Amino acid sequence: MATKKKTDGRALPGDSALRRELLHSMLLQRRFEEKVGEAYALGKIGGFCHLYIGQEAVSTGVLSMLRPDDYIITTYRDHGQALARGMSPRAIMAELFGRIDGCSRGKGGSMHLFDRNLNFLGGHGIVGGHVPVAAGVGFAIKYRGGDQVIACFMGESVVNTGAFHEALNMAALWKLPCVFIIENNKYGMGTAVERAAAIKELDRRADAYDGMMGEHVDGQDVFAVREAMSRALAHARGESRPVLLEVRTYRYMGHSMSDAVSGTYRSKAELDEYLKRDPIALLAARMKEAGDLADADLDAMEQEIKVVCQDAWDFADASPEPPLESLYEDVLVETGS
Amino acid sequence: MPIITYREALNQALREEMARDDRVFLMGEEVAVYNGAYKVSKGLLEEFGEMRVVDTPITELGFAGVGVGAAMVGLRPVVEFMTWNFALLAIDQVVNAAAKMLYMSGGQYPMPMVFRGPNGAALQLSAQHSQAFESWLAHIPGLKVVTPGTPYDAKGLLKAAIRDGNPVIVLEGEMLYNTKGEVPDEDYIVPIGVADLKREGDHCSIITNGKMALVAMQAADQLAKEGIRVDVVDLRTVRPMDVDAITTSVRKTNRAVVLEEGWEIAGIGAQVVDYVQRHCFDDLDAPVLRVHQADVPMPYAKQLEKSAKPDVAKTIAAVRKVMYLD
Repeated sequence: MATKKKTDGRALPGDSALRRELLHSMLLQRRFEEKVGEAYALGKIGGFCHLYIGQEAVSTGVLSMLRPDDYIITTYRDHGQALARGMSPRAIMAELFGRIDGCSRGKGGSMHLFDRNLNFLGGHGIVGGHVPVAAGVGFAIKYRGGDQVIACFMGESVVNTGAFHEALNMAALWKLPCVFIIENNKYGMGTAVERAAAIKELDRRADAYDGMMGEHVDGQDVFAVREAMSRALAHARGESRPVLLEVRTYRYMGHSMSDAVSGTYRSKAELDEYLKRDPIALLAARMKEAGDLADADLDAMEQEIKVVCQDAWDFADASPEPPLESLYEDVLVETGS
Repeated sequence: MPIITYREALNQALREEMARDDRVFLMGEEVAVYNGAYKVSKGLLEEFGEMRVVDTPITELGFAGVGVGAAMVGLRPVVEFMTWNFALLAIDQVVNAAAKMLYMSGGQYPMPMVFRGPNGAALQLSAQHSQAFESWLAHIPGLKVVTPGTPYDAKGLLKAAIRDGNPVIVLEGEMLYNTKGEVPDEDYIVPIGVADLKREGDHCSIITNGKMALVAMQAADQLAKEGIRVDVVDLRTVRPMDVDAITTSVRKTNRAVVLEEGWEIAGIGAQVVDYVQRHCFDDLDAPVLRVHQADVPMPYAKQLEKSAKPDVAKTIAAVRKVMYLD
């Protein structure tokens, strides 16, 4: 009897429905951000806009492991995590378009996506600044005796800031349930990590703090990210101890929309090498190989996502600009508590 | 009414608000075991425990950020800076995080928190420990900034700050901690944004805030001996500023001196003078004068330091000048 390809998918982690969810989550981020790129080129989106393309296995891998009552905080490169957390594509696109139906009512823009209902504590624009804030959320969890965790995403350049050290020290000192996730995409804007950090394995920074778990993981493999996150959660939720997870990934676009994809600080050859490990292509290929995904399934998923992204665009385009009277709203709250 | 120190008044405010609301906690350097660098938090650790009176490492940026994060998810942190000079290390959390979170989240994340500590000069602490930051902080939309000058105002304003749903900066004074005044035992607040006419007179207005309220009152006493009666308008809050209190006084006296602890350029007094020229242009009988710190870093040597600081003599001289007596 001829060797038959595996057809039941048992070689892959999780069940078929979960794997499709993961693929869907990543593909949605990819196609959504491609749409964002188009809208930016047409002038529908302004200001700074940082795409996440290439890093989708990190957001999906981490956030698929969290509970709805856990907290998330991130940087200005926040579209991917917002989508992976389940924020409405319409509300995100409307925010990017600067419209009233945006998740932050058009006040935040690309770098400041917030959704209180999802415990999504925002994209933050100052490198390192949000890491102590994450420790504060961990402190509040402990103060209340809860068993949630906070997942704090950051780029690899954050590990060189004072805020990072200050936050990790307190998180370890006070045993806070924080998972600090370094998305090491190799470049802080145009500066390669080895030109900025006097340490090669960034997760080794965890060694500086007693009781902090450190680990690095392949960020192009969503299953590997999930497994690392599972260990991280056992430590953070189970033991109320912080974790430093270095997820090694790569961004396929420039730092922001004004940055060339390659040619200045990285070569086309390097980019091409990393493109071979596109996290979405890797997952789709593994699922296909395992007989878990037919071409028609993928086409159908692409088609559905295309409709969602176009709908988000149309919704954003039709949403009004914030009225001028909203200029002075939300500077302060009116009442005490 | 009991007479207590400014320090005790702040301590009462903290104790009462922590007892009233278990979301309120105090954190900062030396606030717990040491009982506070200036003993403002004396006894609180014993009463409320280490989860609510939290000693931090010397890491202003870090613990200010911890306060921000805790406020985002519903606690009501009181973050103590040992002095506002050290808070410069944490200014990113005050300005970029606390002051902007509500706005940039489209109203989703209020920041009910307090940043407090001594501000301005004490005695011979020299350049890095003797700065008044009112105008820096008052510049930022999204913050409220209060500067209590008396024990009564210290208790009432700190209680109001803790109950406020916004980030409130409380600027105290090392030289004020031992000053005494009447403070009610019962619960009260001093509303944020309301000035206090601390003394009434019809010849000239002295408009001031914070530690300088004391200086203004001493100047007023001496001027009274010469038959010069002044209004002392203690702003108490510098953001939002009580413009009505300023204009009401100046319309009555037609003359004004603005006294502040900090430097001249872009100081609180500059803002006061702007309100006066806009709203009281036709009421003025003389140009408004300002009294402030000399435009130098604070020197150490006694005589130089005295010369750099705004004081009673400089205030009296300014009042006499706007009254065309000198």
